[in-house]
Amino acid sequence: MGLGFSAADAERWIPRLRRYAFALTGTREGADDLTQDTLERAWRKRALWRPDSDLRAWLFTVMHNVFVNGVRAARPVESLDDERFGVDSGQAQTAANAAESQLALAEIRTAFGRLSNEHREVLSLVGVEQMSYAEAAAVLEVPIGTVMSRLARAREQLRRLLSPEGSAAATPALRRVK
Amino acid sequence: MNEDRLHAYIDGQISEAERLEIEAELSRDPEAAARVNDYQRQNEALHSLLDPILDQPHALGIGARRRIRWQRWGGLAAAIAVGFIGGYLARGDLDLLDGPELDPIARQAMLAHAAYVPEVRHPVEVGASEEQHLLAWLSKRLSTPLRAPSLVDAGYRLLGGRLLPPTNASDPAPMALLMYENTGGHRLSLLIKRESTNSETAFRYAVDRGTCVFYWIDGPLGYALAGDMDREELQRVARLVYKQLNP
Repeated sequence: MGLGFSAADAERWIPRLRRYAFALTGTREGADDLTQDTLERAWRKRALWRPDSDLRAWLFTVMHNVFVNGVRAARPVESLDDERFGVDSGQAQTAANAAESQLALAEIRTAFGRLSNEHREVLSLVGVEQMSYAEAAAVLEVPIGTVMSRLARAREQLRRLLSPEGSAAATPALRRVK
Repeated sequence: MNEDRLHAYIDGQISEAERLEIEAELSRDPEAAARVNDYQRQNEALHSLLDPILDQPHALGIGARRRIRWQRWGGLAAAIAVGFIGGYLARGDLDLLDGPELDPIARQAMLAHAAYVPEVRHPVEVGASEEQHLLAWLSKRLSTPLRAPSLVDAGYRLLGGRLLPPTNASDPAPMALLMYENTGGHRLSLLIKRESTNSETAFRYAVDRGTCVFYWIDGPLGYALAGDMDREELQRVARLVYKQLNP
């Protein structure tokens, strides 16, 4: 049996882990730190992975825990300012060429940055990573019902923030994650 | 409409029969249909926000802790970190560091800045307490007398310096790196390099991911001052460096 998975098996998931980490931390540096911490922790704990289970879900669970513990330990206090989810110019050009989509990107960036960690997590896992509710529940270590209610609240919250009234009311104030 | 079913529909976590059923319900419920539409567009928007990072170069991996610094301290370093670590150190392929976008001295200054400024314990080889020894040593290795400009007027004191290996096969002379720090712990690095042409240039400027560099040639030496600050602020310090070296 050996060690269950190889370094290459885990590293195959780096882009996806990094995308999730970016959703959680809001900066590329934060994403890279979180991804690296996750890879190292996963590697140290690899004996805990059950070979019959999904490696992606397990790695995301590790990332969730590293992130939550980091927030709990009140590591760097992330400020939800406009710096978050910033893309560098080259990337912005390829991601959104037209002025209209630039604007849309700026809106979602601001709105997504205003969501709570829990809401960003669930939207990323289900909406972006396309995990099943059961998988997301396993990653977040909560019951499926909690995933669904959180998802509903997160979507409604984001909808409100993206509505004309929501974005007008939204001042670019700095808010702190607990 | 039942909230859970609506989301399960958006997320495709229902059977085909349920899907048809829900679509029929949505056609009779414009409010719910509008929400479904909004939620679906949220997913698209999130992809456009988050997906670009999927393709960005990185130096992450199991056992890659040391490489992270390269990535953190600038896109330039990030873009070539893999090549640098994997190629330069392993094969001595110096040309990997050459690129078309930046002048070599600006590139070298950014690389050195990226590598050494984040060092907490060993930012320099020789500390400022041994300034004379440091300058004598670096002068000898660069075969030209060096001085460390005083940046006290800008709030920075000399931390120390180190010798840098050449990064270009066509220009095999070593270089010197002096590091300065202010009371806030913010660091500047000044790269000094022997130039083959004895000339003078104006200040030139380059920036990459928050790290700015002012560089110029003054007689036998080329200078490049790098800092993680805005252009005007760094320019003030660069002028001070120049003034100090040309009293």
